[in-house]
Amino acid sequence: MVVDAADRRVEIPARVERIYAAGPPASILVFAIAPDKLIGWTSAWRAAERPFIAQRYADLPTLGRLTGRGNTANVEVVLHAKPDFIVDYGTVSPTLASLADRVQAQTGIPYVMLDGDFDRMGEAILHVGRIANEEKRAESLARYAKQKVSEIRQRVAKVPASRRPRVYYGRGPQGLNTGLAGSISAEFIEQLGAVNVAAESGKGGLVQVSIEQVLRWNPDIVVTIDPNFYALARVHPSWRELPAIKAGHFHLAPNVPFGWIDFPPSVNRLIGLRWLARILYPEAFPEDLRPIVRDFYSRCYHQTPSEAQLDQLLGPSTPPA
Amino acid sequence: MTSARLPAALLGACAALLLLVAVAFAVGRFPVSAGDLASLLWARLTGAEHGLDPTIETVVMKIRGPRVAAALLIGAALAAAGAAYQNMFRNPLVSPDILGVSAGAAVGAVLGIFLSLNVIMIQSLAFAFGLAAVGLVYVTANAVRGHDPLLVLVLAGVVVGSLLGACVALMKYLADPYNQLPAITFWLLGSLASASPEDVWSTLPLMLLGLVPMWLLRWRINLLSLDDEEARALGVETGRIRLVVIAAATLMTSAAVAISGVIGWIGLVIPHFARLLVGPDFSRLLPTSILLGAGFLLGVDTLARTVARIEIPLGVLTAFVGTPLFLWQLATARRGWQ
Repeated sequence: MVVDAADRRVEIPARVERIYAAGPPASILVFAIAPDKLIGWTSAWRAAERPFIAQRYADLPTLGRLTGRGNTANVEVVLHAKPDFIVDYGTVSPTLASLADRVQAQTGIPYVMLDGDFDRMGEAILHVGRIANEEKRAESLARYAKQKVSEIRQRVAKVPASRRPRVYYGRGPQGLNTGLAGSISAEFIEQLGAVNVAAESGKGGLVQVSIEQVLRWNPDIVVTIDPNFYALARVHPSWRELPAIKAGHFHLAPNVPFGWIDFPPSVNRLIGLRWLARILYPEAFPEDLRPIVRDFYSRCYHQTPSEAQLDQLLGPSTPPA
Repeated sequence: MTSARLPAALLGACAALLLLVAVAFAVGRFPVSAGDLASLLWARLTGAEHGLDPTIETVVMKIRGPRVAAALLIGAALAAAGAAYQNMFRNPLVSPDILGVSAGAAVGAVLGIFLSLNVIMIQSLAFAFGLAAVGLVYVTANAVRGHDPLLVLVLAGVVVGSLLGACVALMKYLADPYNQLPAITFWLLGSLASASPEDVWSTLPLMLLGLVPMWLLRWRINLLSLDDEEARALGVETGRIRLVVIAAATLMTSAAVAISGVIGWIGLVIPHFARLLVGPDFSRLLPTSILLGAGFLLGVDTLARTVARIEIPLGVLTAFVGTPLFLWQLATARRGWQ
């Protein structure tokens, strides 16, 4: 029996061998802790992502997403894959909790919801460990996550306020989507004690802004996860004039096999935090990222990346050691 | 087709619908053999033990059963409401959404998702806002005198509908992109993927409450297609009948949309199919529309949950399946339908 993040009491069967992760964040979380118990992914793998995890995991079937109303998963497909547990990881709201209740009542399969808040990642990892009967691995992963995050925070804390850069996070192919203060998409900027330039527009989720507005904000650093925007901004007449971009303070976050800084919001963000910390505070984070990335990928994705893959990940947009 | 042959044709259509229901129960992504299905149903009828894998019972009774029932109910309701409206507005381009019921329900549901309410509250808000939108349109149109009342009603519906559409767009823009926006998008595309037994039981009485008065008033609704003056000469109080039709259609559509999301195509096109088959007489058009609507949505929903590993949104599939069918029917029909 566990009490989940939505205060739902869920019975854990004695043996949990087959776990269905209801959304992309949950897939990565379960994959990091119990890859052999994950029965499928929520969306199909793209060719560029596959080399980063073992073939037998990339070959797991695509079952669709079950979180949120109007899920893409077909309940019968999920049932046919014979899961004995359903895990969801992310925002917890009454809407999603009542949907979880429904799925659990309809299918008879226990459905647990874990809080996707960044600061509660360790808790979620331990929860999955208990459910999947992989407590040792979960404890080691939770310890690793905690240590990495607190190391980053300690070093950032020593950076004086005057040295903290103002960051613009551009999403979408045009780079004009950005996250306001408190939005889960731009959370990583606040996590690193930097200033999200869009925060002055208030709290909320994702919004659309104009290039003019970005020019006015005049950020020190621009970060994106969209390769289209990364290519566009360097030739676009207005973007090119942004001092940060002109000066080369423009960074494309790696996104294979999972995005490093934004979505899906799961354990994949741990490595992105370290990557961005190095960009924002090169003096406080002088170490070469390669061994750190290698360690993270082998721990969480169960395959050590090759040197060529590391080159691909830490390509031209990351400053050399 | 003469009047005398209609009951026989109706019986045939009912039999075809039952066959479709049987097929819908038998197919799905979870393999359930015909034998297992039969022994399960037999066990449910007699109360005996079936000795099957309990997952099979879950799939058939809790997942497929409610979906089949919801598809039948919602298809019937949307088609009946569409037939009544097209008759009343004397316009074949009218659908049940014309007075803003779907737009209202969409605002209610999107607001519920936006405020992260639970599913029951989202459905209740959708239902209430659907009723309220049409109420607003009706009251506004009634306040305007000296013009063709039907024209004013349609105009008020279009204007209020676009205002509600703007509200939906605004909430989509402000919604959280990880959880709320996909939920809103999927809701607006319509789906029966999460239909539960409770959904069916809560909707059934509302549907009947709408269908029964329509059936009882079928002769008078027929007369609504005449001019107001002609109808009055025949002793029919058009204003009151119109109110009943609007109330009944709104109740049904709102209840349907609240559990399925917006499914646009059926209410507009199924009545045309029905007219191509039996002509414009409402007393024949209504049962034909009901049967066709129920059968069509059941068929489409069965496709939606079987053809791919993931669910296909109903709003997408109804148009993809329905349009070629309708064009074919239009090209080959000999009966005038207007």
